[in-house]
Amino acid sequence: MNQKLKFSINLISGIILLVLLAILSIRFGANQNDNSTVFNAIFNYHSTDINQRIIRDIRIPRVIGAILIGAALAGSGALMQSVTKNPMADSGILGINSGAALMLTLSFVFFPHLSTQATTIFSVFGAAFTSILVFIISSLKKSQMSPTILVLAGMAISAFFAAISEGLALLMHLKQDLAFWHFGGVSAVSWSQLNNLGPWIFVGLAILLLLAPSLNLLHLSDDSIKSLGKNINVIRILALCCVVILSGISVSLVGAVAFVGLIVPHIAKFLIGTDYRQIIPLTLILGADLTVCADLVARMINPPNETPFGLIISLIGVPFFIYLARKDGHNA
Amino acid sequence: MNIIETKDVCVSYDKKLTIHDLSIQIPKGQITTLIGPNGCGKSTLIRTIAHLLKPCEGVVYLDNQNINQKKISDIAKEMAVLPQTNNLANDLTVQELVTFGRIPYRKRFSTLSKEDHKKIDWALEKASLKDLRNRRLSTLSGGQRQRAWIAMAVAQDTDTIILDEPTTYLDLTHQLDVMLLIKELNEKEHRTIIMALHDLNHAARFSDQLIAIKKGVLQVSGPVQDVITKDNLRNIFDIDARIIEDNSKPMILTYNRWRGGQV
Repeated sequence: MNQKLKFSINLISGIILLVLLAILSIRFGANQNDNSTVFNAIFNYHSTDINQRIIRDIRIPRVIGAILIGAALAGSGALMQSVTKNPMADSGILGINSGAALMLTLSFVFFPHLSTQATTIFSVFGAAFTSILVFIISSLKKSQMSPTILVLAGMAISAFFAAISEGLALLMHLKQDLAFWHFGGVSAVSWSQLNNLGPWIFVGLAILLLLAPSLNLLHLSDDSIKSLGKNINVIRILALCCVVILSGISVSLVGAVAFVGLIVPHIAKFLIGTDYRQIIPLTLILGADLTVCADLVARMINPPNETPFGLIISLIGVPFFIYLARKDGHNA
Repeated sequence: MNIIETKDVCVSYDKKLTIHDLSIQIPKGQITTLIGPNGCGKSTLIRTIAHLLKPCEGVVYLDNQNINQKKISDIAKEMAVLPQTNNLANDLTVQELVTFGRIPYRKRFSTLSKEDHKKIDWALEKASLKDLRNRRLSTLSGGQRQRAWIAMAVAQDTDTIILDEPTTYLDLTHQLDVMLLIKELNEKEHRTIIMALHDLNHAARFSDQLIAIKKGVLQVSGPVQDVITKDNLRNIFDIDARIIEDNSKPMILTYNRWRGGQV
């Protein structure tokens, strides 16, 4: 089949699936709605109708949040895998999850009365700070950045920060407050959070789409790229900024959701091949599909209780991860 | 005329000085091969000439211009470089790999031009890869894969092609295929070839000029016959060689380790 046609079919199917999932997620949950309520809530809103209010104030921001975060996590995962030339990489490798968790813990310890808004911003800074630290450590050794050292530095810093925040949480009896963060979920995403952080996610996604053609170069070694007349470090630095923005914000909003960034890029590559100009858009859509779907399942398993959506994603993610590791082993 | 010259170049790698005061001239339109024992600085010199390493002293001239004052995007139109290990990009198809060779000529976000397609086809043709163009690199033999990488350098359409040990890890037949391809590029298309080789007989048979290095210091350079001599081989490789002539090229038959005059 023609490559462009194949890409279009996959992308359009992904988008249709996303629209269906979004409609389902607005309708279903602890409170079931019919189509006309959904329609009215969007186009003919009466703030007195409690069902319409649930849809407007809780369901819709939640779905939009899931879409943005799915796209952001999956996109930054694809970026990390390509920049580090490591198929097992995701944004966690830059220490972003652990940095956000540490700042969150610290803000609970020192400023227990801060609003959710403020703690979110704290953890965005934590994520950014940690990834910059990891980045500096990994570029200390040689004049050029080595992907292996980046991964090692990321793992070391992650383990260190995780130890500090776990320790603090135990000492200060914060386990309960932090639990929601460790399981992750989009249930608490609000309009005000979306207004504050949503535009940044859009900026990150825009940079990502602009970077996509250059990512193809990363199939080659640094030497080859340089001898083709391109400066790889510029691409790397832009890519890392993009990862910090996208996954820093997502992780701060919904917690340490593992595996979205790991598995979605692989599914996209499996479907359409090696061209990042196609992989990136498809990854964004599929990432949104996965999180919206996981969020929907999380609500439906045991209503009115919410099953943590990080668990659902891990349930899908772990078997896939093992399959991937096995497949890689066969190729080697 | 010299396409590349180095003048009093010193290169250090990992804080150790690996090349000392090296001045060489590489003539245009010929095949020049660097030889020397492992760790002698062959690869370092190749990488320095290819503008992948910066000398800490001295200057590299490309076409009589200081290479450091040129833009890397312009250098990419003058010389193509094939680094030593190319076990990356195995998910790509041959055609996708060869298409990378056109990057120096493409504007951002542009699609392939007619000229690009022509050069890609022609590079695939040269490397006898037309039938394999849609195969993934991971499904090819080592020799075919190396030809695909050379095809990428060919598609870059540069006067000079630099190759760092292009025959490493290949079996006898595939080594010969690669050497014949390189020779053809030189003879039919007048490309200047600069490479590092381990196999002295390949170096002697396929090169016009040889440059011998030992411990980062230039030992001898010049036409093949002048470099492949009993004395030079003893001095550079510590071997005691028997040299015969084959098709007016020197050929090293068997050799023994040089043990201070006793064989």
